[in-house]
Amino acid sequence: MAAMAHPTEHGHGGHAHSNEHGHAARGGTPRPRVAVVKFASCDGCQLTILDLEDLLLELSEHFEIVDFPEASSARSNGPYDVLFVEGSVSTPDHLRRIGELRKQARVLVTIGACATSGGIQALRNWADHDAYRAAVYPTPEFVESLARATPIAEHVPVDFELRGCPISPDQLVELLTALVTGRRPQLRDEAVCMECKRRGVVCVMSAQGIACLGQVTQTGCGAICPRMGRGCYGCFGPREQANAAGLARYLQASGERSAEEVGQLFAGFTAYSEPFRSTITDLGGTRGARRTGGAGHVAGGAYPPPGGAATGRASYLPGRPRMEGIDDDGR
Amino acid sequence: MTAAESGTREKIYEVDELTRVEGEGSLVLHVRKGKVLEARLRIFEAPRYFEQIVVERTPDEVIDIVARICGICPVAYQMSAVHAFEDLFGVKVDPEVRALRRLLYCGEWIESHALHIYLLHLPDFLGYDSAIALAHDDRPAVERGLRMKKIGNRILEILGGRPIHPVSVRVGGFSRAPRRADLEPLRAPLAAALEDAKETVKLVAGLTAPEFEREPRMVALHHPKEYPYNHGHIQSTDGVDLRPSDWDRAFREVQVEGSMALHARTKDGATYLLGPASRITLDAEQLHPIARELLAETGMADAIRTNIYWSVLARAIELTHAIAEAIDIVDGYRPPIESRVAWTPKSGVAAWSTEAPRGLLFHRYEIDGRGRVSAAQIVPPTSQNQGAIEDDLRRFAPRIIDLPDDEATLRLEQLIRSYDPCISCATHFLDVRILRD
Ligand code: SF4
Ligand code: SF4
Ligand code: SF4
Repeated sequence: MAAMAHPTEHGHGGHAHSNEHGHAARGGTPRPRVAVVKFASCDGCQLTILDLEDLLLELSEHFEIVDFPEASSARSNGPYDVLFVEGSVSTPDHLRRIGELRKQARVLVTIGACATSGGIQALRNWADHDAYRAAVYPTPEFVESLARATPIAEHVPVDFELRGCPISPDQLVELLTALVTGRRPQLRDEAVCMECKRRGVVCVMSAQGIACLGQVTQTGCGAICPRMGRGCYGCFGPREQANAAGLARYLQASGERSAEEVGQLFAGFTAYSEPFRSTITDLGGTRGARRTGGAGHVAGGAYPPPGGAATGRASYLPGRPRMEGIDDDGR
Repeated sequence: MTAAESGTREKIYEVDELTRVEGEGSLVLHVRKGKVLEARLRIFEAPRYFEQIVVERTPDEVIDIVARICGICPVAYQMSAVHAFEDLFGVKVDPEVRALRRLLYCGEWIESHALHIYLLHLPDFLGYDSAIALAHDDRPAVERGLRMKKIGNRILEILGGRPIHPVSVRVGGFSRAPRRADLEPLRAPLAAALEDAKETVKLVAGLTAPEFEREPRMVALHHPKEYPYNHGHIQSTDGVDLRPSDWDRAFREVQVEGSMALHARTKDGATYLLGPASRITLDAEQLHPIARELLAETGMADAIRTNIYWSVLARAIELTHAIAEAIDIVDGYRPPIESRVAWTPKSGVAAWSTEAPRGLLFHRYEIDGRGRVSAAQIVPPTSQNQGAIEDDLRRFAPRIIDLPDDEATLRLEQLIRSYDPCISCATHFLDVRILRD
């Protein structure tokens, strides 16, 4: 794994679970300087830091949070001991900034699907960017935006990454603790299925025929979706060695799902990570891309598909008589 | 901030990167001879093209996708979307599902308001850089805020699997509805949180806010029987009364001259204010009795209406409301007969507005014959408030232009933070260049 600590160029290798500067935060004096920066994102991952609540004040005893614009007016330039990066590289300005920031950071940690995979906005990577721009903005030529939204590791070496949309608070605490004590964080590369087994969750795919990406998705969330009665939609991204193509074939064969439908299952928050990326392309690209004249092509197949109770389809379960109505014409 | 002195009495204040607002923004204020030539709040947010990303997706996929517009109010995005679809498809959900969705919104309001009051706004009023700095001097206060935030998050976690981007909201109901026992762990902390909220109202009512009176046009949902979350009519202080699907009959998005930013205005071009102060003004009668009484005790309903700094109190009152209502819902809950009812898609326009913590959030989707989105429009509260914020900045600026730069900057920032502009919400906001002489 150490070899992947500094992914280079286009290797969206992602997993950088070890690095040479991991000891940056070794105990004693002074407290490591921590900063949080944002690229194209929803802020949900940095909010997870604020969501540590009770731990937050305790953590502030171990770390000096020197730059966290959403939480503090105090600002500081680098260098930083630990820099958390949220969001994907999506504008020319981002391209410039990420290189600068890398130089300022001893340990750079990407947080969340946007930073580690490109995020939901990376779906535009299959589309015609100009058409996207024109559809949303009346004068698109003013819009500063790159044709592709890309993960941080495509541009600079990344020391650690936390997956998820958003990241898991438990994994965040594990990473921070490891940084404080100078040990290696324990971030497992296992399938979400393992989490289901450990927690005794009944498999929604085998029991109810619901499409689930749990087999090919990395753990960390605690199998939230299966526990909530739905299939995993892959927000923690593919685990290493994930056989996405195999699962795609299985999903088509087992559930009368069209290639297009299966492609859409992968076309979510970590779509641009391999092997999800090539699976989507193999299955015909994204639907949005077809609309805007991008790389995809219109796949056949009726919609909604006939019969079946699987979720992710436009119709859900045969009905039963309605209960007395609620006043929801707005009142 | 830099205040570039160019010529006599001409100042351009620039607050480069507003801190403690979610997302990134900046403000340009152009002043000449004591007159404000221009006030512009700029937004730095890389375009993410949500309105295109949802094209060709199915309604349930859209619910997952639009949540990612904002990590602070994902439930709001899910609620506006799910109600838009259900309205078009004629879906009638189980009454308990309706209650659970209110509970979900209570959770988001509690977490968002507690975050804003204690971590973002209170440090301003008390002169600290951050809540962490404030905690050095008044740890119990910050801990109180964090406790409430935590119970808000806990509600979201129980109903939706996690506090940010919960996963259970589906067209027709929930993928899984909680059992009574699942809600049990909420009782004791909610009861404690209610006391914390009352304490918060007392605390913020005793703050000193700068004098700044004006009478903005206010807009919020109004429902005769309940404080507005998912239902009610769009109403305004000047007589608008529309179904929540019909936002575009009274309002429209306009492109700001010389920029890419889209702001919302009334059809005749006027600005308007959304959010806690507007809701308290239009919906005080529908507050939970506990919150209504507290508001009456403070005697500050008028101040909330006319002075935006008091939005901090409006938030505290709403925080109390959301906690009190959450207690009632948990107490009265029995699992729905159908946690998710049957539905089939229809083509047409699916539109709805709900009350995000920061104000009215309007979604409009065109649905094609195969039940997929063919076009979308999302109008977040911040892009609707932007015009009112700039109006206020123009009005307010003459009072601070004689102050030292540092202090003037602080006052301006504090004013902007009073609107709680959630910049991530501004799906199609863009960087606007500075106009200098
Ligand atoms: S990964 Fe998800 S939660 Fe995190 S910033 Fe991106 S969209 Fe938000
Ligand atoms: S529900 Fe999904 S994640 Fe869980 S065991 Fe089944 S396939 Fe795996
Ligand atoms: S089950 Fe899958 S989609 Fe759901 S939270 Fe976990 S990783 Fe994300």
